[in-house]
Amino acid sequence: MVDTKTITVTVNNEEYTSTVNVRKNLIDYLREDLGLTGSHVGCEHGVCGACTLDMNGQTVRSCLILAVQADGMEITTIEGLPSEGIAEELKKSFAKNNALQCGYCTPGMLSSALEYLNNGGRANKEEIRRHISGNYCRCTGYQAIVEAIYDVAENGVSK
Amino acid sequence: MTGPKFSFDKPGKYIGQPTERPDTRRLLKGRGKFVDDIQLPRMLHAAFLRSPVAHAKIKSIDTSIAENIKGVVKILKGTDFIGIVEPYVGVLSHLAGLRSAPQMPLAVDTVRWQGEPVVMVIANSRAIAEDAASEIILDLEDLPAATNTEKALDKDEPVIHSEFDSNLAWERTVDVGNVDEVYARDDVVTVEKQFLFGRHTGVTLEARATIANYDPSENQLDIYYSGQAPHMMQFIYAKHLDIPEENVRVTAHDVGGAFGIKVHTYGDEIATAAAAKLMERPIKFLADRYESFMSDIHARDHVINSKMTVSKDGKILALEYDDLTGIGPFSMYPRTSAIEANQVLNLTGGPYTIPNYRANAKVVFQNKNMMCQYRAVGHPIAMALCDGLLEEAAAAINLDSVELRKRNLIPDDTYPTTSTTGMKLDDLSHQKALSKLIEMMDYEKLKKENADLKKQGMYRGIGFCSMIEVTNPSPMFYGIGGAPIASQDGATIRLDAGGGIHVASSVTEQGQGTNAVLAQVAADVFGVDMDRVQVTTGDTKTTPYGGGTWASRGAGIGGEAVYLAAEALKDQVLDVAGVMLQSKPEDLNIDNGHVIDNLSKEKRMSLADLARTVYYRGNELPSDMSPELIATRHFRVTDTPFVFTNGAMAAHVELDIETGIVKILNFWAVEDCGRVINPMLVDEQIRGGVVQGIGHALYEECLYSDDGQLLNTTLADYLVPMATEMPEIHVGHIETPTKTSVLGAKGAGEAGTGGAPACIINAVNDILRPLGVTNYQIPMTPNRLLDTLRSAKI
Repeated sequence: MVDTKTITVTVNNEEYTSTVNVRKNLIDYLREDLGLTGSHVGCEHGVCGACTLDMNGQTVRSCLILAVQADGMEITTIEGLPSEGIAEELKKSFAKNNALQCGYCTPGMLSSALEYLNNGGRANKEEIRRHISGNYCRCTGYQAIVEAIYDVAENGVSK
Repeated sequence: MTGPKFSFDKPGKYIGQPTERPDTRRLLKGRGKFVDDIQLPRMLHAAFLRSPVAHAKIKSIDTSIAENIKGVVKILKGTDFIGIVEPYVGVLSHLAGLRSAPQMPLAVDTVRWQGEPVVMVIANSRAIAEDAASEIILDLEDLPAATNTEKALDKDEPVIHSEFDSNLAWERTVDVGNVDEVYARDDVVTVEKQFLFGRHTGVTLEARATIANYDPSENQLDIYYSGQAPHMMQFIYAKHLDIPEENVRVTAHDVGGAFGIKVHTYGDEIATAAAAKLMERPIKFLADRYESFMSDIHARDHVINSKMTVSKDGKILALEYDDLTGIGPFSMYPRTSAIEANQVLNLTGGPYTIPNYRANAKVVFQNKNMMCQYRAVGHPIAMALCDGLLEEAAAAINLDSVELRKRNLIPDDTYPTTSTTGMKLDDLSHQKALSKLIEMMDYEKLKKENADLKKQGMYRGIGFCSMIEVTNPSPMFYGIGGAPIASQDGATIRLDAGGGIHVASSVTEQGQGTNAVLAQVAADVFGVDMDRVQVTTGDTKTTPYGGGTWASRGAGIGGEAVYLAAEALKDQVLDVAGVMLQSKPEDLNIDNGHVIDNLSKEKRMSLADLARTVYYRGNELPSDMSPELIATRHFRVTDTPFVFTNGAMAAHVELDIETGIVKILNFWAVEDCGRVINPMLVDEQIRGGVVQGIGHALYEECLYSDDGQLLNTTLADYLVPMATEMPEIHVGHIETPTKTSVLGAKGAGEAGTGGAPACIINAVNDILRPLGVTNYQIPMTPNRLLDTLRSAKI
């Protein structure tokens, strides 16, 4: 049985070619092999959402994807979120609203929130709450997160 | 009076403002530094084989296959730690009679709970360590397990520790006044209820994590710690691994949630340090979620039989209850597992005048995971118990429960006073808080709306809680009983050559915003922009000695130490400036990074100029002057054992009587945590606390089978609150500063968790009671509520 495979993945606009153990999760590959520790492991079974990130324009749970499945894919982690546009606005809004405490859920939360906003999500608190229900936060009580996303949905990108 | 001579009343540029936390910048860029983010050269990884059963003799452990797996470096059993780790016992001398057996990091000859670590595998990767652990053959001889709390003290129940005559760990009785005389009266009404509080746990999103590194050349142990109390752990590692305390450095960088889960001594973490010492290499251990559920401390687990007696005109006359609480096979080290029951005895009824009070608490051993202090220790039990009985009593005498509260709350103008159980209370505002709450929620309108909707078949209820919270504890909490847990904290502030300041504090940050609050205080009091303040916390080597963060003490105690140090540094700077500027220090001040003239506000010199002169060009100073630009101050509460806060909270809920599902429509919390240093942070502390409290009331429970198997060990089976289920939480404040400090800040971290369960329980019972039934078992799951509704009159 072959237990390693060589993959080529574009992460945050940089291309990496690596030989990985076929059983290795994408999140472990990003954290251990590439040193991109911004994405977090919370439950390793796809429930808590801490490891959520963008793969080819879709949010995925990187603990439920093998690194070999990411071969040829384009991935954006929290480290690669642009410092402009909607992503930057969202980060500013998170800071302004204190939408993070320990920061462990934050990478996944930002990823889900961006998915919501980029797909035309409205300034509607109930819809925002529903959208981020796959991302657990044990610190904030969620309200500040909802407000942070709401503010960006309402105001868009400031000029 | 040992408190401060004056109170802080200066309006601040930062103190009292919703200032953004500087730490969010790092965390929003993915540049946090959690334990698993750290890689050390030659680091090994640990995995543990844990007991699959609740109680058994270890007959043999066969590691022969595991040893030969490529990448496995070492396998250690419980016996391998004998002589390397000094056993530890979770008792405190001020909890008279508390007993527990010695613990070792791994089970030695007997396993006593499912999940107890038995074998440690150390390998080149965690994956290999887990592979090897699964190849170890444990030969266990099953022993009968004591898992039922209510039967734990029965004669025919297995006794977990052979050196003891029973499974009783601790017992205490409080008896004030004479409850029996009250029962004998014929003008009173007594209500009786049983309360059942299930086990739940903290579910920190970052599970427990440790890296231990040992350098034999200097006999130096470095611990990278995801936790709350670095100095406490420094002592514990030093003592139990026989290393001088000053040679142990414990550092906590970013911590992904703690909530009291990460303030205890866990066998797997001690084993990791011991193995690092043995192997002279760094070792990393991360609990996975499965291990977290089985080994992070669980909380609560109480069976309480209780009654309250009131006069027909609405005065609470007596409160009596028996609390039975199960703590697992050992009392946790070093805080012990008896503190929660002790808190229940001390705090129940604390907001009210209750002349007669009798309570007994029994703490028992069980073959389940250990139970210990988790956020709001004892408070949710104490508050749900008293305010639940109060709601029942109000219904029994046909009085609105808010009115019954008003008639019995300790009046705002009677402080200082003492609670029935002997707690010293001061600077509280129950009446103001309740009035503000009633106004915020528009109670009368809401009640009417509920009544109207009921006619349309909608079942809505309102539940209240008036509460007290223990914050800013003095040495009376732990230190008095011999625990290595500081109640004082220190701050060192240094003026750097560039004109900025560096704050080093012994309180710690787990996301509450501790670092931001300390920076706010330092910036305001000393007189620099917050951008020029650097804060270091979570490091035994570079911060003053202190207790860390627990029992809502960071802002109140740590903040006060920073206040005092900033004042002292300012005096030092102005002394130097006085000489350099040929002015009297009292005519000068510091503002926005400059020494200014106090009257004209004119800038005289920059702090950078002053610091550079002192540090580089001492020749310009008089030779008899030895300027210090660094000040350390410590603070502890001395007037009183605890600085209590108070709050009033309410929930508005809807019960679907077909499904048993409770929807929370709204939640209000009015909190008096004294001076609010950062309202944005306090509000989200309250909200986060409330949401954890809602989780306990409705969803979260560690479920065990009769033979001690934990049945829900994934986040798919153990439910935590999600965004969509949570209500808007409206927070209001009353600010009654504590007189024990200059800043006047009390703690705010646990109030929500302490009060929210009572509100939810009371709101659901507000719906159930008119239907002829009640439910006082939490979590109030749909199944339990449907069971209750079966005998309801609908």
